[in-house]
Amino acid sequence: MLCQECGVKPATLHFTKIVNGEKTEFHICESCAREKGELIPGTAGGFSIHSLLSGLLDLEGAGKEKNAAAQTVQGLRCENCGMTYSQFSKLGRFGCSSCYKYFDSTLDPLFRRVHGSTAHVGKLPKRAGAQIMCKRKIDELKQELQQSIVEEEFETAAELRDQIRKLEKEMPQE
Amino acid sequence: MSSLRFTEQALSDWMRCGGSHSEIVISSRMRIARNLEHLPFPLLASAEQSEEVLKQLAPVFQGEAASNFGSFQLLKLDELDELDKKVLVEKHLISPNLANDSRGGAVILNEDESVSIMINEEDHLRIQCLFPGLQVREAWVRATAIDDIFEGSVNYAFDDRRGYLTSCPTNVGTGLRASVMVHLPALVMTHQINRILSAVNQVGLTVRGIYGEGSEAVGNIFQISNQITLGQTENEIIENLHSVVTQIIEHERNARERLLADSALRITDRIKRSYGILSYAAVMELKESAQRLSDLRLGVDLGILEGPSISVLNELNVKTQPGFLQKMFGDEMTATERDMYRAKLLRETLGSQH
Ligand SMILES: [Zn+2]
Ligand SMILES: [Zn+2]
Repeated sequence: MLCQECGVKPATLHFTKIVNGEKTEFHICESCAREKGELIPGTAGGFSIHSLLSGLLDLEGAGKEKNAAAQTVQGLRCENCGMTYSQFSKLGRFGCSSCYKYFDSTLDPLFRRVHGSTAHVGKLPKRAGAQIMCKRKIDELKQELQQSIVEEEFETAAELRDQIRKLEKEMPQE
Repeated sequence: MSSLRFTEQALSDWMRCGGSHSEIVISSRMRIARNLEHLPFPLLASAEQSEEVLKQLAPVFQGEAASNFGSFQLLKLDELDELDKKVLVEKHLISPNLANDSRGGAVILNEDESVSIMINEEDHLRIQCLFPGLQVREAWVRATAIDDIFEGSVNYAFDDRRGYLTSCPTNVGTGLRASVMVHLPALVMTHQINRILSAVNQVGLTVRGIYGEGSEAVGNIFQISNQITLGQTENEIIENLHSVVTQIIEHERNARERLLADSALRITDRIKRSYGILSYAAVMELKESAQRLSDLRLGVDLGILEGPSISVLNELNVKTQPGFLQKMFGDEMTATERDMYRAKLLRETLGSQH
């Protein structure tokens, strides 16, 4: 694949940029990337993937109408590490794991664009994982319980209630 | 510092034995990104906080649980000289990122260099396993086992909904980057490579040059890896990669057969010329040597050349890199001198095999 800027060198940087739902592929060589001012990862202080990401993030606030909601988003701040949403959108990186909590309201569209999905379905850490599995099971049973009450199946409901109590007692602590 | 074991040999021990499809697949790599709870990511961490990360993570692999995976040695990046760092990058044992910006940075390596654990890179912890040939499943089994050992001693930043929390949004979820390095000369020669690579892009994989995002795909070597880390299980990611690579191998094989059938003389001439030039040239730029070594690898696979072995070729791919040349022939070198020494190295290795 040749660089789409110079058409001479092989393209070695490949990006997919999604703007307003439209996908653009982007293939350039290292020297053109340098010329365009996109810094190369692994060399002194910069990375193009993150500047592209931050392009995605900026879309959230900019463009459309600069309404109050957008202002609120820009004002978000992680209380653990101090990173602001506007810093995050510039750097394209989180400052700490709590940032995920403080910026949560903005993350679904971003993750959908980058990964096509918003929720983890893979590996769980053993200790926290056991607790999560247990919580999920309890939530499931609670829904069944609701259902059986609606359907007036009180015997089933009583069984479910006992199961939930048992699981809540056994739930591994962090 | 020049006595550093890991930078003395060009080839990690794991690279000496093949793995499956080793004539096309050079290596399979798993990288898992993890972070510790509460501490800021390396981007924002203070010197003390980076030190704290190292203090929590380093002892895990001196422990007994890890002894199944060989004995490990910890290297602190700020105690290594520039050349050793460069060589570690050329051997893919550390990332350029860790070599350049290493506040509290460290790497834990096992003896055969198949496991490399980076500390304070973009994330607190990056577990990397490198296997020869196509062994993505095997590499995953080892990487996840090592992950379990760390997880037994420290608390990871993990979220019920988002999975493993990483510094960059592109790694969140599984934190898994699975990649395979492939040599595809026949697909390049027959101009099918673009079509193949764009197909690969469409199934959620990316293709890069062999030394990572910032380097050229020299010598027809491409790195194929997953782009998506959220919303797929590790198994799905690995099986997807495995199946796509298996199909690419098939296409490359067919292209090789067609080359032999349609233009045996032309291809034989090209391969033998490359052998001649590598064996006698006095000056050799990196790009040309990579291309000609690629011809040799193809020649060996097609039975046009009897030697050198794939292992010697793997070794030359690493040894002809700038850092390694300087390590062998002298710290201070101009580009022209490097081209001269590269040619000398190639002559001495390949010329003697006539
Ligand atoms: Zn270009
Ligand atoms: Zn934060």
